[in-house]
Amino acid sequence: MSGHIEIRNFALHYGQGAAAVAAVSDLSLHVTSGEFVSLIGPSGCGKSTVLNAVAGFMQPSYGQVTVDGQKVRGPSAELGMVFQQYSLFPWKTVRQNVEFGLKMQGMAAAARRQAARALLDVAGLLKFENHYPDQLSGGMKQRVGIVRALAPGPKVLLLDEPFGALDAQTRSIMQQVLTNMWQRRRISVLFVTHDIDEAIFLSDRVYVMTARPGSIKAEIAIPLERPRTAEVALSAEFGRLRRRVSGLIREESIRAMGGEVSAAALDGVSQHLQPAEV
Amino acid sequence: MSGVEAAGGLRSARTRVTAPRLPALLGRAARGLWPGLLGLLSIGAFVGLWHVATANRLDLYIRFTNVPTPEAVAARAALAFHDPEFIQNLWVSCRRIMAGFAGAALVAVPMGLLTGRFLLLRRIVMPVMEVLRPIPAIAWVPMAIMLWPTNEESIVFITFIGSFFPILLNTLAGMAAVDPVYVRAARSLGARERNLFFEVYLPAALPQIFTGMAVGMGVAWVSLIAAEMIAGQYGIGYFTWEAYSLVQYSDIVLGMICIGVLGLLSSLLVRLAARAAMPWSRGRGGR
Repeated sequence: MSGHIEIRNFALHYGQGAAAVAAVSDLSLHVTSGEFVSLIGPSGCGKSTVLNAVAGFMQPSYGQVTVDGQKVRGPSAELGMVFQQYSLFPWKTVRQNVEFGLKMQGMAAAARRQAARALLDVAGLLKFENHYPDQLSGGMKQRVGIVRALAPGPKVLLLDEPFGALDAQTRSIMQQVLTNMWQRRRISVLFVTHDIDEAIFLSDRVYVMTARPGSIKAEIAIPLERPRTAEVALSAEFGRLRRRVSGLIREESIRAMGGEVSAAALDGVSQHLQPAEV
Repeated sequence: MSGVEAAGGLRSARTRVTAPRLPALLGRAARGLWPGLLGLLSIGAFVGLWHVATANRLDLYIRFTNVPTPEAVAARAALAFHDPEFIQNLWVSCRRIMAGFAGAALVAVPMGLLTGRFLLLRRIVMPVMEVLRPIPAIAWVPMAIMLWPTNEESIVFITFIGSFFPILLNTLAGMAAVDPVYVRAARSLGARERNLFFEVYLPAALPQIFTGMAVGMGVAWVSLIAAEMIAGQYGIGYFTWEAYSLVQYSDIVLGMICIGVLGLLSSLLVRLAARAAMPWSRGRGGR
C-alpha cells in the first residue's frame, strides 16, 4: 500500500504577526491508496494552497502533511503535479518533456526515450512526440502534462484545476482520459477544482471546503458505479449529489461575499429604479 | 459519397479560378516579391539621389562638392578588392570583432546567469556594473592603452567592453522573467539546483540572451570603429580615417559602406545562431 496522503489540523498563514492572514485553518483530510479524491470550494478558499502543501511547495504554519507516514519536506518526483497553467517546457519537444523526470532519475538516454515513447503511445500522443508544446492545442498540452507527471512513477498525482482553461467538450474528453490513466495506474489522486460536475464525475470522495480561511465543510462519498460514461451525469443519483454539493458551495460563496443581500435593501433599490424605467 | 463531394468541389473550384486566373497568379507573385522589390527600389533611389547631388556638385548649405560620385566609389572598390592591404584591413576588423564579442559573450552570459540566480552574488557584483555601465566604450580608449601591452589588445578590449553590458543586462533581465511555474514543474519532477540551471533557467532566458547579443554586436562595431580611428593600425575604421587624412575621398565612402555591410552580416549571423539554438521558437509569433 502506498500513496496514502494524510493532512492533519493543517493551517497556513500568509504574512507575520498582526498582519498575518489565515488562508487555511484547521483542515484535515486523507486520500487512501489508489483513491480519487476531489477538493472543491468557493474561489479563494485556499484549495490550491492545500495542494501546494502536499506537493511540497509550501510548509504548513500548523499541523502536518504526510505521504505514507513521511512528512512532506519539499517537492519530489514521488509527488506528481499537474498545474493549472500550461507548464510544459516550451524549449523541449513533447517527448523530451515526458523524459524529463526520468532524466532527473539518471536513466540512460536510450532507456528513457523508450519509456517516454511507450507512455505517449498509451496516451495517443506518440505522433506528436517531436512537436514543441507551442504547436499543440490546450487539451493536448494538459494531456502531455499528465503523462509527464506520471512518467517518473509518483506515489500520488496532484492536479490543480488542470482543465480550467479548456472548452466544455475538450474538458469532458480530458476527464475521461484522466480516469483511464488513473484506473490503469491505480495511483492516489488529489484533484482540485471548482467545477461541481467534474468533481462528482471523477471522484470516489469529494471534500467541500468552507470560505476563507478554508477548512473542510463536508465530506461526500460518490457511490456512482465505475466505469462511468458521460451519461452518468444525467442519472437521478448524479443530480442528487450535484444539488447537495452545489447547495454547500452556495452557502459558502454567499458567506465569502459578506452574507445574504437583505430583501429590504433590494426593495429600496427597485423603488428608486421605477420612475426611471417608466 | 466523398467522391461526389470531391468532384463537386473540384468543379466549383475550377469555375471560380478560370476568370481571374492570370491576375490572381500575378498578384500572388507580386505579393511575394513586393517587399524585395521595394527594398531594391529604395536603395536604387538613394544611389540615384547620391549621384545627382555629387555629379552636379550641389551646394545646399550641406556641400556635396567634395563627395565622390557612386561611380567613383564603385571604381575604387573594384581596385580595392584586389589590394591585399585593403583585404587585410577588413580581416583585421572582423578578427577583432570576433575576439571582443566572443569574449564578452563568454563572460557576460555566465555572469548574468549566476547573478540572476543568486541574490547575494547580484548584490555584490551589480553595484560595480551599474557604475561602469554608463561609461561609453570610447571613453575606455586611454585606459585600455594603459592597461594592455599592445594596441591590438586594447582595441579588442574596447570591443569587449562595448558588447559586454548589453549582453549582461539582457541575460539578467531574461533570468528575472523566467516563469516560476517552469521551476516548480521541474522541481516536482525531481530536478535539483544544478539541473534547474541548465534545464530550465538557461533555455528559458535564451531568447533574451540572444536579444542582448544582437544589441551587443551592434555596439561592438560602434566601439571597434571608434577605437580603430583613434588608436588603430589596420582595420576598416583605421582605413576610413586614413582616407580622410590622405584626401582619398572615395576611400572614405568605401570604408563606410564596408562597415555597414559587415555590421549587417554580423547581426545576421547572430540571428542565424539564435534560430539554430532555439528550434522551438521557429514558426512562433515574432521572428
